Amino acid sequence: MVGDSADPKRRRYLLIATSSLGAIGAVAAVTPLVFSMFPSERVKAAGAPVEVDISKLEPGMLLTIEWRGKPVWIVNRTKEMLDRLDKGLDQLADPTSSAGNQPDYAKNSMRARQEHANILVVEGVCTHLGCSPTFRKEVGPADLGADWQGGFYCPCHGSKFDLAARVFKGAPAPTNLNVPPYTYLSDTVLLVGQDSAVKGA
Amino acid sequence: MAGNSNGGFLAWIDERFPFTETVKKHLTEYYAPKNFNFWYYFGSLALLVLVLQIVTGIFLTMNYKPDAKQAFASVEYIMRDVDWGWLIRYLHSTGASMFFVVVYLHMLRGIMYGSYRKPRELLWIFGMVIYVCLMAEAFFGYLLPWGQMSYWGAQVIVNLFAAIPFGIGEPLAQWIRGDFVISDTTLNRFFAFHVIALPLALVALVFLHIVALHQVGSNNPDGIEIKKNKDPKTGLPLDGIPFHPYYTVKDSVGTVGFLAIFAAILFFAPEMGGYFLEYNNFIPADSLKTPEHIAPIWYFTPFYAMLRAVPPMFGSQFPGVLVMGLAVVIFFFLPWLDKGAVKSIRYRGSLYKGWLAAFIVSFIILGICGVLPTSIWGQFEKALPIVGGVDVATFVARIFTIVYLAFFFLMPWYTKRDKTKPEPERVT
Repeated sequence: MVGDSADPKRRRYLLIATSSLGAIGAVAAVTPLVFSMFPSERVKAAGAPVEVDISKLEPGMLLTIEWRGKPVWIVNRTKEMLDRLDKGLDQLADPTSSAGNQPDYAKNSMRARQEHANILVVEGVCTHLGCSPTFRKEVGPADLGADWQGGFYCPCHGSKFDLAARVFKGAPAPTNLNVPPYTYLSDTVLLVGQDSAVKGA
Repeated sequence: MAGNSNGGFLAWIDERFPFTETVKKHLTEYYAPKNFNFWYYFGSLALLVLVLQIVTGIFLTMNYKPDAKQAFASVEYIMRDVDWGWLIRYLHSTGASMFFVVVYLHMLRGIMYGSYRKPRELLWIFGMVIYVCLMAEAFFGYLLPWGQMSYWGAQVIVNLFAAIPFGIGEPLAQWIRGDFVISDTTLNRFFAFHVIALPLALVALVFLHIVALHQVGSNNPDGIEIKKNKDPKTGLPLDGIPFHPYYTVKDSVGTVGFLAIFAAILFFAPEMGGYFLEYNNFIPADSLKTPEHIAPIWYFTPFYAMLRAVPPMFGSQFPGVLVMGLAVVIFFFLPWLDKGAVKSIRYRGSLYKGWLAAFIVSFIILGICGVLPTSIWGQFEKALPIVGGVDVATFVARIFTIVYLAFFFLMPWYTKRDKTKPEPERVT
């Protein structure tokens, strides 16, 4: 077209087309920056299973190991501790662990592999906001109340768990503590981070 | 040549840069209400602390190492071996707490005198964005000493994002951390946010805050517009005085007073009994052991108490996170929630005054609850209905969370119903 008359419709179309293309370009340019913040390949590779010798773990004691940067507890529960697990189930939010934060072989009232039911292997990370709860095995301490049967207490927001790491009703934590995949290489050697002794299984 | 009547250097500058014009517009001929009181110190004091934080921060980065293996030791190195390092570090750490003291009082001033009301809505929103950035800045900075509180505080706050449902939460938390837990990667990026990203944003926002302020003019303790009463001859507000020299002089008095208090804290109680620098933060970060009792630094505790108070619903802790977020975001809507006939508390009725008092009390009590462990006051008797077995402290926090939110949510109702007094024509 020749002349001084502008074509507003055409201008508008060009304006929208140019800005849209510019916006797409800007998003594309920002993408590498955003993705650079996700866990790097090195971080992702650092998740190997951990072998633990539990021969020196006395009954009633807790051992903390590190797996994927997280604390994992191994507790050798006494007979009395195990007996107390079946009492007061109505106070637990999920006594049967239906929420599924454990491998199938730990989906029982002990939340442990049947062949070593006294050994509890659990991630020591509160399902509320990731603090590490404290092991409070004593019965009826002053600060936790007379009916405390031993368990774990989260100092951050006051969540309480029993000795099978099952959460009590009314706690801020929504679910029971997670049980990581684990297996026994022998009676006294535990492998945390893998479901069976076979590599890559 | 133009502007040569005065001649000299200034004229040379003014031809190339609007120096004199800017000074006139924003200082010597910027008319502020003549009735500013004590509460009007906190804006300029916030600016002072911002400058202090930036300057001390620059010198801290000269010796600090953002590396999980070296960070804790490098802070101790600054404290013990760097000449005057202790002073620079304590200036920065005390400055952080004083920043929040000043900002909270500045915000309370805005609420009391209705400074967020039309036409200052955008000014208020810029201010709120500054507050949110300041919280992020403080949070990122708190990880840097890599003590136990740094570590576990960051762990909890980042996991707040992991609570977001629909499968967004966990990837988002990993994106923030750059790892599956708080680690060296996290420390490194928080350092980047703390020393460059957020300070840049803060300075830009403060600039916008002041531009917006000078567009609409300052509010005052009477909550009336000085622009309504102008001298018919000069066109200047009758109740206004030039910012410079009147308020620059007044603010220097405030500055001296503030610095006296600041120095007293700095030299005699820089840790403030564990409230400005928490004792557990003098223990290096240990990813396997949470301290017996963790609490955020004092300026976050009201929001932290709310987070703890909300029980999980539908198997998720997201409601608590939502309530905490809401407690901050709701401030943005203040200009539209307030339907009062007057702006200033001086002419409000008892209904508004009562609610404001209840809000201030809630904020303080929630702040106290957030510092204490939830088990501190024991539990209610199991036999009691509803509250049976609940921690008393959690219950108290629940009550005051409701009062805090009610202050905002009921505001359209009680401000409209309030029996206000007539505003004066001129400032008093």
